Amino acid sequence: MAINEKLIRDVIEQVLRDYSFEDKAEKEGKKADQVVESSVEGMELKEKGVASVGRRKDEVVVAIAPAFGKFQNKTIVNIPHRNVLREIIAGIEEEGLKARIVRVLRTSDVAFIAHDAAKLSGSGIGIGIQSKGTTVIHQKDLLPLNNLELFPQAPLLDEETFRAIGKNAAKYAKGESPNPVPTKNDQMARPKFQAKAALLHIKETEHVKPGAKPIELEVKFY
Amino acid sequence: MMRSKRFEVLAKRPVNQDGFVAEWPEVGLIAMNGPNDPTPSIKIKNGKVIELDGKKREDFDMIDRFIADYAINLDRAEEVMAMDSLKLAQMLVDVNVPREKIIELTTAMTPAKIVEVVGNMNVVEMMMALQKMRARKTPSNQCHVTNVKDNPVQIAADAAEAAIRGFDEQETTVGIVRYAPFNALSILIGSQVGRGGVLTQCAIEEATELLLGMKGLTSYAETVSVYGTENVFVDGDDTPWSKAFLASGYASRGLKMRFTSGTGSEVQMGYAEGKSMLYLEARCIYITKGAGVQGLQNGSISCIGVPGAVPSGIRAVLAENLITTMLDMEVASGNDQTFSHSDMRRTARLLMQMLPGTDFICSGYSAVPNYDNMFAGSNVDAEDYDDWNAIQRDLMIDGGLRPVSEEEVVAIRNKAARALQAVFEELGLPTITDEEVEAATYAHGSKDMPDRNVVEDLKAAEEMMKRGITGLDIVKALSKHGFDDVAENLLNMLKQRISGDYLHTSAIIDENFNVISAVNDCNDYMGPGTGYRLSEERWNEIKDIPNAIKPEDYD
Repeated sequence: MAINEKLIRDVIEQVLRDYSFEDKAEKEGKKADQVVESSVEGMELKEKGVASVGRRKDEVVVAIAPAFGKFQNKTIVNIPHRNVLREIIAGIEEEGLKARIVRVLRTSDVAFIAHDAAKLSGSGIGIGIQSKGTTVIHQKDLLPLNNLELFPQAPLLDEETFRAIGKNAAKYAKGESPNPVPTKNDQMARPKFQAKAALLHIKETEHVKPGAKPIELEVKFY
Repeated sequence: MMRSKRFEVLAKRPVNQDGFVAEWPEVGLIAMNGPNDPTPSIKIKNGKVIELDGKKREDFDMIDRFIADYAINLDRAEEVMAMDSLKLAQMLVDVNVPREKIIELTTAMTPAKIVEVVGNMNVVEMMMALQKMRARKTPSNQCHVTNVKDNPVQIAADAAEAAIRGFDEQETTVGIVRYAPFNALSILIGSQVGRGGVLTQCAIEEATELLLGMKGLTSYAETVSVYGTENVFVDGDDTPWSKAFLASGYASRGLKMRFTSGTGSEVQMGYAEGKSMLYLEARCIYITKGAGVQGLQNGSISCIGVPGAVPSGIRAVLAENLITTMLDMEVASGNDQTFSHSDMRRTARLLMQMLPGTDFICSGYSAVPNYDNMFAGSNVDAEDYDDWNAIQRDLMIDGGLRPVSEEEVVAIRNKAARALQAVFEELGLPTITDEEVEAATYAHGSKDMPDRNVVEDLKAAEEMMKRGITGLDIVKALSKHGFDDVAENLLNMLKQRISGDYLHTSAIIDENFNVISAVNDCNDYMGPGTGYRLSEERWNEIKDIPNAIKPEDYD
């Protein structure tokens, strides 16, 4: 992929907008009370208030990052967010468990998003996903920057992998020790994707609301 | 428009898969000499800095405060700040000005001043300065030993081979976090089979990394990251003080450690505050100095795609290495991440550190093929070994490596795999089969290795930590199974943390367990005939590549 100047200009514009961060936080703070329904192609996300800690041992909490399925609609390699979420949920359900979806707003860091998910989850197992696709399976008793499984190279994650991630998370929740989803590595991902990753992450970070509580979501696919 | 055939050919060249962008100084997408970088200044009142680089103390962010209070030698600060930056740059290049003299000046500069000084220099001048300013006289090299399957037998074999190829430090990391104890164990045993005295680390989440060190499974640490703007720091739930605290944790246990930073990280994370990449990196280097840490890994590291895309970016990467040495610290100088599709570009980038020599030219030469490099690929990998050796020989420089024969590599890999097999057996870890030992002996990468039972390994790795296995248990296991020489090496590594000599700046340990550091091997370069010169023995080693035709081979 050629990283053209336009892409970089986009990145920069996002950075520039961050300078007026305070104003923005204020404005978004006012909006926070309203009921928000967001939809991207094929998926509707209904916000149902602050998410609470689950009691069901048979659930896996899936936490999506601030912009996922709302301000952004596909991963760094253009997999629609609808398919990402659908595959993860399907993976969890295949194991007979229930997926509960929340949106984390306080951070765009995938380790903390996943750890927040795990802490909300009745089983103690959570999944965190960034809009660009980077994903972590977490467990509530681990340190935030540790994890059960980490998928750091978003360009290598396909739908099949997302389903396998859901499946494995459910297995951990059942107390099993599954084979980790096979690790992938592409040494040329950096020179190809680093600028795009920066752009997408900056766009995500723009929607972070420091201190905000996670939001319970109802998901509909159509 | 009809396409030019030449342009069609050029478009297909690897270099055109790389990303290049124009500068945009207003937002910090500029390598160095940024128009928004602050003007150097310092005001001191009653021994306290009340103004730093144009900012009053009451306006300091936490990084300014940390630097002002801990990182600058205030005794000479006002004198140095009054000196002409161009003159200071000339002194850095002047072979008649010894390192020990100019270090008194460079450690008394502010971040903006030091950036202004190096901003006067071209890359050849920076290389001249780096040759003089690096702390340890003898240059060295570090490698990565990882694989995509986290196969412990392969790690041990690759570590042993890397040790006889000349690497003085070895770093591993994981694909799956829970494999960390095995990876640390495997690189430790493998390295000490190859050569006693090689330092090893396991790059991982900071608390776990410290724990592995305390248990004697690693002998140093490097993955303690610092950043140049407050926002990026806070994003990682950290401050300069928390990092300094972590550093003291290592020091108190007698473990070597360095920090990590690099140009481009602040832009990558969206918080560059409109400053140049080099200025922000200079702040990281000062944080490291202020924390009392002996050294730093920099040279952009994992964000190399960012400075690599802007004009003069690779010059800035060299400049950040140079600044680290100007603050009298060890530099592990990057060249450790894939940066370009072009072999010409990656070599040009490499020569900036390889020619002058640094404390560690690569802070991660991939000792495995890049497909197995779990740091997402290095600038040079196992398939470049012969190229590296040829460049050392062509230019008569010491890049830290040595040519080796296939026989000795096969033998050492086999011994490492068997030693690990014995330790696994003794500690009751999942069996390493003879088939695995055989595969690791001859393997190039994990594609040549049979799969292991990952679930069983992960369980055992967790239990190994819970059972409180330490370095001493491994020494005993090796000795019991007839690997007394390896056991001795491992024990000697554990003794290092009691004497603590290898906590000195730029320390490495030779095969007789002598510490070589900036204290007993100070860089005394002052032009031709001084500083590091290849010994006859070392030059013979470099010259002797196995595939050179010898006159005696022919009638």
